[in-house]
Amino acid sequence: MTLSVSDPTWYPIASSEDLPFRHVYAGQLLGRELAVWRADDGNVNVWENRCLHRGVRLSIGINEGGELKCQYHGWRYANRSAGCTYIPAHPADAPARRIQNRTYPVREAYGLIWSAANDEQAFRPFPGAEGHDWFALRPMPVNAAPEDVLAALAGLAPDDQPADLLPGLAVRFGGTYYFVQPVDACRAVIRGLLAEPPAEPVATLRHYNETLTKLRDRLERAARKKPAPEPLQPAFDKVSADLATMPDIAIPKGNTITVVVKRKWTSADGVIGFELAARTGHLPTFQPGAHIDIHLPNGMTRQYSITNGPGELMSYIIGVKAESASKGGSKVLVETVREGDLLSISEPRNNFPLRRDATRTVLIAGGIGITPLLSMARFLDKSSLPYELHYFTRAGETVAFRADLEALHGKVTFHTGVPRDEIGATIASALGQWSMAQHVYVCGPGPMLETVRETAAAQGWPEEAIHFEYFKNDKVIDNSSAFDVELARSAMTLHVPSGKTIMEVMRDAGLTVPSSCEQGACGTCLTTVIEGDVDHQDVYLNNSEKASNRCMMTCVSRAKSARLVLDI
Amino acid sequence: MPSIDPTTRDLWQVIAATDEIAPGIVETTLLLDTPIALTRDNAGNPVVWRRTDEEQGDEVDAEAILDRLPATTGYGYIWTSLGNPPADLFPIPEYAEADRKNMSCGSIGIHVSAPRAVENFLDMGHFPYVHTDILGAEPHTEVKEYDVEVSEERDEVLATRCRFIQPRAAKSATTAMEVEYVYRVPHPFCSVLYKSCPEDESRRDVIAIFLQPMTEERCRAHLLQSMIDSTSTITDLRRFQQTIFGQDKPILENQYPKRLPLDPRSETPIRADKSAIAYRRWLSQKGITYGVIPMAS
Ligand code: FES
Repeated sequence: MTLSVSDPTWYPIASSEDLPFRHVYAGQLLGRELAVWRADDGNVNVWENRCLHRGVRLSIGINEGGELKCQYHGWRYANRSAGCTYIPAHPADAPARRIQNRTYPVREAYGLIWSAANDEQAFRPFPGAEGHDWFALRPMPVNAAPEDVLAALAGLAPDDQPADLLPGLAVRFGGTYYFVQPVDACRAVIRGLLAEPPAEPVATLRHYNETLTKLRDRLERAARKKPAPEPLQPAFDKVSADLATMPDIAIPKGNTITVVVKRKWTSADGVIGFELAARTGHLPTFQPGAHIDIHLPNGMTRQYSITNGPGELMSYIIGVKAESASKGGSKVLVETVREGDLLSISEPRNNFPLRRDATRTVLIAGGIGITPLLSMARFLDKSSLPYELHYFTRAGETVAFRADLEALHGKVTFHTGVPRDEIGATIASALGQWSMAQHVYVCGPGPMLETVRETAAAQGWPEEAIHFEYFKNDKVIDNSSAFDVELARSAMTLHVPSGKTIMEVMRDAGLTVPSSCEQGACGTCLTTVIEGDVDHQDVYLNNSEKASNRCMMTCVSRAKSARLVLDI
Repeated sequence: MPSIDPTTRDLWQVIAATDEIAPGIVETTLLLDTPIALTRDNAGNPVVWRRTDEEQGDEVDAEAILDRLPATTGYGYIWTSLGNPPADLFPIPEYAEADRKNMSCGSIGIHVSAPRAVENFLDMGHFPYVHTDILGAEPHTEVKEYDVEVSEERDEVLATRCRFIQPRAAKSATTAMEVEYVYRVPHPFCSVLYKSCPEDESRRDVIAIFLQPMTEERCRAHLLQSMIDSTSTITDLRRFQQTIFGQDKPILENQYPKRLPLDPRSETPIRADKSAIAYRRWLSQKGITYGVIPMAS
C-alpha cells in the first residue's frame, strides 16, 4: 500500500490529553501540518496549520477559548467555522470578506482525536470499539514508513494470539489496539489503546513505552538502510479570487440560510428569546455586533442582532421585543412562529464593528438594545479585555438575558427605572472623560442614542470613539438630484427626476425590484454599481463599503454624476 | 541543486560585514547554494571565490587567488555576484553624510527565504504584535492608508506616507510618537527604510536590511543603521536593532511555505499589504524564481 495525500481514512492525530485548556497542538497527517485546539465549549478544531494571511503556523497562535489569534498580525479565527472575525490592521471594517481557514473533519473518541484528509468518509468506530473504558498509551513517533510500522506492530503479537489487522493501519491482539498515524511517507506515530484502564497505570505505561521504544529503534535502523520514500506533497488550496484581489470591500452577498427555531422563550417581560439552529452542522462566522435579516412568514424582513459569544456557531440567539405597537414585523415572530418552524435568514452582517484593541470599552444599552452589546461583552470577556456594560431598563420592564449578563466577568451595571431626567447624569458618569483609545458603543432607543452622543461629545469623546447602529434610517433623504441610470443587464436607460427614487423609476418601467424597508436600512435592494459616482444616503452600508463606490441601495441612494451604470 | 534565475545571478549579493573580514584569513559562507570563500587583500579590498577545499580560518595569500568572483564593498558590507553585476550598487546617498553614525548591526541567520524576510521588513501590521511596546502596541493596530508605487526609472518599489504610532520608535525615543516611514526596495533582496528621527525633525534615520540568500529557504539578514543620534553608543544602537530582529526570527521561521508565493491567490492580502503586493508583483515581473514560488504559468 502506498500512502496518498487524499486518503480519506480516519486516523488518530492526537490524544485527548494533548489538548489541555487554551493550548494549540501541532498535529500531522499525510504530509500536512495541523493546528489542533479545543475551544472552551469542548469542541475540537482541526485546521490547516497556516494563517491565511501570511502563512504563519497557527500552532504558535493563542487559543482564547472561542477564537484562535494569530501571532503575526492578530487575526482571529472562530471556533468551529475557522472564519476570520477580526483584522486589527483595519478594525473599522474588518473582516470585510468571508475569510475562512481550511478545516479538516474531527471526532474525539476513545481517548483519541481522529481526523481525515477530507470529508469523503463518515467516521466509523473501529471494530470492537464500543463498550470499553479506553486507556490511551503514550504516543511513539517513528521515522519509518507507516506500512513498515504496522507490520512490526503485528509482529509483537504473541505466538498463540495472532494479530488482527483492522482497517486504517490498525492492529489488535488481546485487549491492545495499535493505530499507526501516517505522518508522512517515512514517518509515523504509534498510538495505542488498552480496552480497560490498567490497575497500575504508571507501570503499564512504562512497560509499553519500553516495548515500543525497542520497536522504534529496530524500525529506524532498518529504515536507514532503505532508500527513503518521497515525502508526500499536499497542495495548499488557493484562496478564492475575490479574497486574493484587494477590493476596498466586497459586496455583501444576499445568500440566505434556512434555520430551525430550536427554542423560543420569554427572556424578560416583553422580550422573547429565539434560538435559531442550522439544520446540519454550524452556522456562518459572525462578528460581535453583527445582525441577521430574518425573512418573516408575512414577506417582511427584519433585523436582529446576534447575542452569541465567540465561536458559538451551533445556533444564533436573538431577542425580540414583543411591542404591541409593532406593525407586523416582530409581532409575527412573537405570535406565530413556534419551536420547530423553519425560517430563512441572511448571512450575518456587521455595521457595528467592535474594536478589539481599546484600552477601555464602554457598552451602553437601552431595553432591547442589549442584544448586540451582549455579544460584544462576551467577546471582550473571553479575551479578558477591559470593558463596562451599562444596561438601562424602564421601570416595570425586566432585564433580558440577565443570567447571561451575570455570568460575565466584566463590570455589568443594571440601571433600572432611572427617572428620565437623571439618565443623562448617569450616562455622563458612566462615560467619564475620554482618554486615548477608549471607545463607547451604544444601542437603544433614539433619544438615548442622542443623549449618549451629546454627553460623550461634551466630555471630550471624539466622533470616531462613539459607535452606534441604526436599524432605522432617520436621516432626511435629499432627493433633489436628477440623473440617468443605465441598467446594464436589462439594457435600459432611465431618467431619474428629482423627487423620485431609482427604485420607483425602475418599477414604473416595469421592472420587479425587491425591497423591504425602502429607507436604506435593511439591505434588500442592494445593487452592484458598475460606473458612476454614488450619493449614498442609506445607513446599511458601512463607510468603506460606501467609499468603494461599488454598491448602493436603490431605494434611497442617488447619483453625484450625471449617469450611473447598475448591474441590473 | 536549484537553478538560479538570470536576474538573481547577475545581482550584487551581500555576504559579510567588511570589518569582520580580516586580511589574509579565509571566511566561508553560502550564497545561492554555492559555497564561497572570501578574504581581504593587503590593500583591504575584498577577494571572493568559489570555495574549493579551504577551511574557515585558513590563511591565504590573496594574490594567489586567480579565479575570483566579482567583489565590491558598500554600506559597510562586502558584495559579490555569481554572474555579471551592474557597475554600481543601488544608491543610499544618506550613507555618505558626514554627521551620521553608520554601523553594521550584525548578521542573523533565519530559516526562511530572503523575499519572505524582505516582506516582513516592509510590513507595519505586525508591529503591535511582534514588537510589542517597541515598534507598536495595542491600541494602535490600525494601518493607515499609504501610497505605493513601482518606480520605473529607478526600478524600485517605493512606499510613502506610511504612518504608525510607536511607543519607542528608536533608541533615542522616550515617548510614543507617530512616526512616518518611507520604504524602498531597490534590490529584490534588500530594503531601505527611512523614519522620522526623534533628534532632528528635518531629517530621517535610515535602516536597511540586506539579505543574503543562502538557499531558497534560508538566508542571512545583514543590518545597517545610519542614524542621527548624538547620545546612544553604537553598542546600544546595535542591541536595539538586534532585539527587534530577534523578535521577527521565530515568526519568520514559522511561515509556511518558506519560499514566498507569488501567486496572488496563495494568501489573503488586505489593504495594509499594498507594499507586499507590489513587491511580489515586481519580483514576478523581474522573473525572479529563487526563494519564491513562481506563479504557475
Ligand atoms: S499571518 Fe496571521 S495574521 Fe498575518
